Amino acid sequence: MRHGKYPFIIGFLVVPVALYVTFVVWAYIQAFYLSVYEWSGLGPVTNFVGLGNFRKMLDDTTFWQSLKHNVFLLVLLPIITVILALVFAFLLNVGGGSKGGVTRGVWGSKVYRIIFFFPQLLALAIVAVIFGRVFGPDKSGMLNGLFPDSWSPWLFLADERYAMACILIVLVWQAVGFYVVLFSAGMGNIPTEVYEAAAIDGATRVTLFFKITIPLLWNTIQVAWVYLGIAAFDAFALVNIMTVDRGGPDGATSVLSLMIYRNAFEFSQAGYASALGVVLFFLTLTFAALTLRVTRRESLEA
Amino acid sequence: MTDIFTKPELDRRTLLRRAAAVGLLATPAVGMLSACVGSSEEDAPEQATGTKSADNPLGIDPKAGVEIVIFNGGLGTDYATKVDTPLFNKKWPEAKITYSQAEEISTVIQPRINAGSPPDMINNSGSKLMDFGALVKAGQAAELTDLFAAPSLDIQGKTVADTLVPGAIEQGSYNGKPYAVNYSYTVFGLWYNAALFKKNNWTPATNWTEFTALLDKIKAAGITPFGYAGANASYYMVRAILTSAGKIGSEQVLKDIDNLKPGAWTNDAIKQAAAAWAGIGQKYINKTFLGLRHTEVQLQQNQDKVAFYPCGSWLENEQAKDTPAGFEYALAPYPSVTSADQLPATAINAAAGEIYFAAAKGKNPQGGKEYLRTMLSKEAALEFTKLTKSLTVVAGAADGQTISPGLTSANDAVTKAGKDIFMGYLFDTWYKKLDDESRAAANDLMFKDYDAAKFCDRMEKASQAVAKDSSVTKFTRS
Repeated sequence: MRHGKYPFIIGFLVVPVALYVTFVVWAYIQAFYLSVYEWSGLGPVTNFVGLGNFRKMLDDTTFWQSLKHNVFLLVLLPIITVILALVFAFLLNVGGGSKGGVTRGVWGSKVYRIIFFFPQLLALAIVAVIFGRVFGPDKSGMLNGLFPDSWSPWLFLADERYAMACILIVLVWQAVGFYVVLFSAGMGNIPTEVYEAAAIDGATRVTLFFKITIPLLWNTIQVAWVYLGIAAFDAFALVNIMTVDRGGPDGATSVLSLMIYRNAFEFSQAGYASALGVVLFFLTLTFAALTLRVTRRESLEA
Repeated sequence: MTDIFTKPELDRRTLLRRAAAVGLLATPAVGMLSACVGSSEEDAPEQATGTKSADNPLGIDPKAGVEIVIFNGGLGTDYATKVDTPLFNKKWPEAKITYSQAEEISTVIQPRINAGSPPDMINNSGSKLMDFGALVKAGQAAELTDLFAAPSLDIQGKTVADTLVPGAIEQGSYNGKPYAVNYSYTVFGLWYNAALFKKNNWTPATNWTEFTALLDKIKAAGITPFGYAGANASYYMVRAILTSAGKIGSEQVLKDIDNLKPGAWTNDAIKQAAAAWAGIGQKYINKTFLGLRHTEVQLQQNQDKVAFYPCGSWLENEQAKDTPAGFEYALAPYPSVTSADQLPATAINAAAGEIYFAAAKGKNPQGGKEYLRTMLSKEAALEFTKLTKSLTVVAGAADGQTISPGLTSANDAVTKAGKDIFMGYLFDTWYKKLDDESRAAANDLMFKDYDAAKFCDRMEKASQAVAKDSSVTKFTRS
């Protein structure tokens, strides 16, 4: 049957590969091509500027500001999300201790697991609108409504010091549920005997978490880190919908993806937007490669 | 966009016509042949004309039909079907009006223009409107000089041009020649609740000292004296600042800004206006408004929590469903900032919008123009205002009418302003990036650092950056 193998494989792959090449690879190639032209987005592409768009970026304060915000998210989003998700997953799966030789989660863990996953089911645009109300700057905002009347209202998104933190909180809130489920699945694969053996040796829950759960979950955590890092390079929908003046106040929440969108579709600077896209492409790629390299450990065979 | 209108057919057609002309001179046979080619395919249709007379100043053929296309959007189409068309037919009973509406004007009209059979009168509006500058450039819009020179349909002894508000014709002119009727009219100013002001015995101020004194009184009454929505409507504030600047130093100040002239933003007029408004921001604004959207602040005004709100005359209609009974929208012109302002306190910023034009290459362009003349009659204009709650460029058409309090007030403001109405600025649509910068700068000025010099320098820098950026298409006005 060997002669039938290749037509069979090709038959399966031709459609997805064609779609991928057209809509992903070709789009990337076009972005690289456009990034060396000065082009408004309409009419013929003729004005070759070489690295001009990239040089322009160096002098663009909004670019540096946006990059700073992306780095802020890149550092904090994965750390906070992974830590929270690990803690919750641990509590849901092994936090209840072991009874009759079976490790269990805390009481009601099945309900929590579903609740944790809820945010993941909401469209990001809806999440953004809801949190826009949560962070409302006057008494009609949910948080300000909860504060005592004597307090002057917190401006949240309208205060450039806290606006980015608000975005981070929403991103974490939305992502945590998914990673709880991911880590739970990972923990389910850790044989219970390992936990039991450790428990018999007198290990506390904290020791179990650090000495057994984390090392055995390392591969999953690593993947989560990369995903979250890539998400940190995006954040477009939240910033576009939630923030003051889209990316404000005064650029305090601008991110690269928003900059690309506005340059391409609002400022008629498609060439410059493509150049920004190319930079984002390399940043994401570098981040993924670095994360995988740095976090490489010898995986423990369970 | 532009190249759609300059299809090669046009050139080929010109060529054929020339060939036909030569042919006619040479032998009749060739002439017949080329006439056949022309008529069978793509020659412009025979255009209907009649004899010009006092009663028929545009010389239309009374029996030729007129085809019109109206954009179906916020203004609806009733004004065309129930007012303009019956009015037209009253005068020209034998001319059949073929009416259709479209929500996407370019989708429907562009192919017809390219095919050489456009409707005679087109309402070019909505989010899918055609680039009008490109239409003019391609020779598709009929020049309207004769329309504006023709006598008004129902105002005795005046030409159409005489009946319009200042600046209405200029706004539809390209290189000094008129091609469009911008029919609806938006008035900008400070909006307040006349009922609330009457109850408290407050009267809108005419100069800045009175203005701040009034704001103090309002503040003492526990109402936020002034506010706008920083989250998505800071361009209302930009308009307030620049309107004040325009009043201080005349419209030339704003023209310089549009033309990206070096030093345009550091002009004294801008500095004084920005400083005056920064003072208002520092003392009278509610700080939380920076994070609110226009609907939220407008609602607060409806609840009498905000006194003055800078906006255009669409506000009343926009808020119609949230406005409680007894709330009476009224418009006050921006108070004079200095005693040496170039324009008086009554001067206002108002702009015409909504393009209507006659197609140059339709079957009956004169008929299309006559339809426009009908629209520009006082009667049609008044009915339009009643139906759409929007003023028209026909001066005084809505005078003495009680349609809605806000509209009456806006109309009064226009009357009182007289010649001192200025169109404002266009940089916000020409240069989006500069528009963006002005919004952020206005928010900073009004909510954060109240620093007029910083506002001016920042905008000057942004404006010069646009001027030097070769990737941005530049426009100028005079």
